[in-house]
Amino acid sequence: MNLDDKKSVLSATNNRLAWKLSLIVLAGLLFAFAIAPLYDLLCKELGLNGRADSTMTASDKHMKIDKTRWVTVIFTGNTMPGLAWSFSPAQTSLRVHPGEITLTSYMAKNNGADSELGVAVPSVTPELAALYFKKIECFCFKQQTLKSGESKKMPVLFYVKPDLPADVNTVTLNYAFYNGVTSLGQAALTQAGETPIKVN
Amino acid sequence: MSTTTATHHDDHAHDSHGHPTGLMRWVKSTNHKDIGTMYLWFSFAMFLFAGAMAMGIRAELFQPGLQFVQPETFNQLTTLHGLIMIFGAIMPAFVGFANWQVPLMIGAPDMAFPRLNNMSFWLLIPAAILLIASIFVPGGAVAGGWTMYPPLSVQGGMSVDMSVFALHILGVSSIVGSINIITTIFNMRAPGMTLMKMPMFVWTWLITAYLLIAAMPVLAGALTMLITDRHFGTHFFNAAGGGDPVLFQHVFWFFGHPEVYIMILPAFGILSTIIPTFARKPLFGYASMVYATAAIAVLSFVVWAHHMFTTGMPVAGQLFFMYSTMLISVPTGVKVFNWLATMWKGSMTFETPMLFSIAVVFLFTIGGFSGLVCAILPVDIQLQDTYYVVAHFHYVLFSGAAMAIMGGVYYWLPKWTGHMYDEKLGKWHFWLTTIAFNVTFFPMHFTGLAGMPRRIPDYSQQFAEFNMISSLGAFALGLSQLLFLYVVIKCIRGGEKATNQVWEGAHGLEWTVASPAPFHTFETPPQVK
Ligand code: HEM
Ligand SMILES: [Cu+2]
Repeated sequence: MNLDDKKSVLSATNNRLAWKLSLIVLAGLLFAFAIAPLYDLLCKELGLNGRADSTMTASDKHMKIDKTRWVTVIFTGNTMPGLAWSFSPAQTSLRVHPGEITLTSYMAKNNGADSELGVAVPSVTPELAALYFKKIECFCFKQQTLKSGESKKMPVLFYVKPDLPADVNTVTLNYAFYNGVTSLGQAALTQAGETPIKVN
Repeated sequence: MSTTTATHHDDHAHDSHGHPTGLMRWVKSTNHKDIGTMYLWFSFAMFLFAGAMAMGIRAELFQPGLQFVQPETFNQLTTLHGLIMIFGAIMPAFVGFANWQVPLMIGAPDMAFPRLNNMSFWLLIPAAILLIASIFVPGGAVAGGWTMYPPLSVQGGMSVDMSVFALHILGVSSIVGSINIITTIFNMRAPGMTLMKMPMFVWTWLITAYLLIAAMPVLAGALTMLITDRHFGTHFFNAAGGGDPVLFQHVFWFFGHPEVYIMILPAFGILSTIIPTFARKPLFGYASMVYATAAIAVLSFVVWAHHMFTTGMPVAGQLFFMYSTMLISVPTGVKVFNWLATMWKGSMTFETPMLFSIAVVFLFTIGGFSGLVCAILPVDIQLQDTYYVVAHFHYVLFSGAAMAIMGGVYYWLPKWTGHMYDEKLGKWHFWLTTIAFNVTFFPMHFTGLAGMPRRIPDYSQQFAEFNMISSLGAFALGLSQLLFLYVVIKCIRGGEKATNQVWEGAHGLEWTVASPAPFHTFETPPQVK
């Protein structure tokens, strides 16, 4: 075999290997994008990051109240930039029995000059407790409208499931209020399983 | 075999006849040695630039209170310092070594894809320009840390876009460069050089290149999601839209931890080359070195969340990442053991490259131990985002990667230039660097343990003494690198003529060619026994 032939054989094998290696690159890229849905799925299934389904499950209709145990529920709330509201819990904490359905509320006031739409995004810590914290009714299920200067009491009806792990004594519920007209707010509402209400 | 050197027909025939000169020699170069040289100079320029930023950081931290820069500027300094050192200084320096040494060490005439090689280098320039230019756009450079966590990176100004674009370009450059290196190593070894006869430096680069092609696309993915969140209304990292900023951290560190090994494995390769030379003994446990390198590479993909112990992971996850991280120090320990065993009862001499290598073994091990401390979950919850972490990663990155690079430069400089460097000045550079480095970074262990947070321009009075010591050390460390520049230039310009073998104890193909290495080498493959 002369030198030219050798060179072209080599360059063909080189090219073949390079293409094979590109497959690894492609796999890496696909993997990066696959992480996002995988992560969502994992968090939902395992109840991580306060992502658990927070609505009442059918089996809970017959749950027993565990009078032997107390759980402290702390309420916090904040507004995100773009929403001229003040927003805070009516009570900052409550002691409840697991299984006991309790009503509490938040107060919101529009300090801005215009009527505004808000969407509240809830989260629960510690993360593992999110699986056991359920809301029967919540202002976060729907978009809220406040006229300029208007204030509103916003109720939350919730319970902590009796099978909450024994080492959890305190659960914190937080709401972040977003401006509902922004794309963020719209997306938040879709995320909550609601159809965004048309603004007019 | 009818190989003749008189008529070299190349794929890149246009530059293989004669010796191109002038600027075009460099712009169009497809020669691995020229490209290696350009990588090394680029890296050195970036090293000085990002080093100057570090001087700014340390000047501000010299005393508590705000003296020289505002907090916004300070944050830009720390962010760009990190980004440029990692992607502009350390990584290109290793690619420079790969370009120069891999073909010489395996007896190949050049890299497998010389034109792609040229492209990989020239991509660095627009990326560097973008990063540096981002300082001057409205809002200033990126300031949210080199890790670019959202929400800051989603909210930041146009410098975020410029930096992300720069990183995309650098990613393409690294990936193409790595494919080139892997192909060269697999297909172009001289007859007789089996995989298990390859020099350790070639092995470490082979494995590093695999890490690069697997990890860089993941970074590209994370950055792309960042860009679509910023401009196209997606909500990957936006809690309000059902996304999660913590997701970014997972994707980033899935890249990020392999990345730290990308920056240390070639350094291990350099140490494994220098230490046997000056101990005048073959490398102890060659095979175990190869397996340890591979084990580190594989494990590096399953430890990422040790950077996220305080993000609120389930305990099971935290424990998994704690133990897997500790596991990685086993193969690392094997390597340190082998270097020590190589020196054991060797007839050692202490030329500058050897001094650097011994210092790296010693100081890198300190960095490994502080890493282990960080890996302990309950301890790291205290240490996360304190100066202790800063101390850890400078012990592995400066006194690991950067000082190994310096040692490597001294080691191969005679082969590259044909002259011996000034040994006396080299030793001065070594001692100044090593002492100043420790004066700068050792106190950070203490300030970190005492709770001083990182990335803060001002601090509480109680940290004042240690910070002043750190700053003084840092200025000395910065100045010492100018001496390095001087020694290198002096060596290029002249000096005692280097022999082909250069070092008495040096073995391997690169020492069989003339010094300086001719423009074309191994056009006829050497035979390895
Ligand atoms: C025995 C080996 C090692 C162990 C056990 C280890 C462990 C760790 C841990 C647990 C952290 C997170 C600390 C925190 O943020 O609270 C960390 C951070 C870091 N490590 Fe290591 N490490 C090791 C080796 C290395 C090496 C070889 C490098 C690079 C060459 C490196 C570079 C870094 C960097 C850059 C960070 C900080 C990243 C940042 O937050 O900006 N480490 N290491
Ligand atoms: Cu890591």
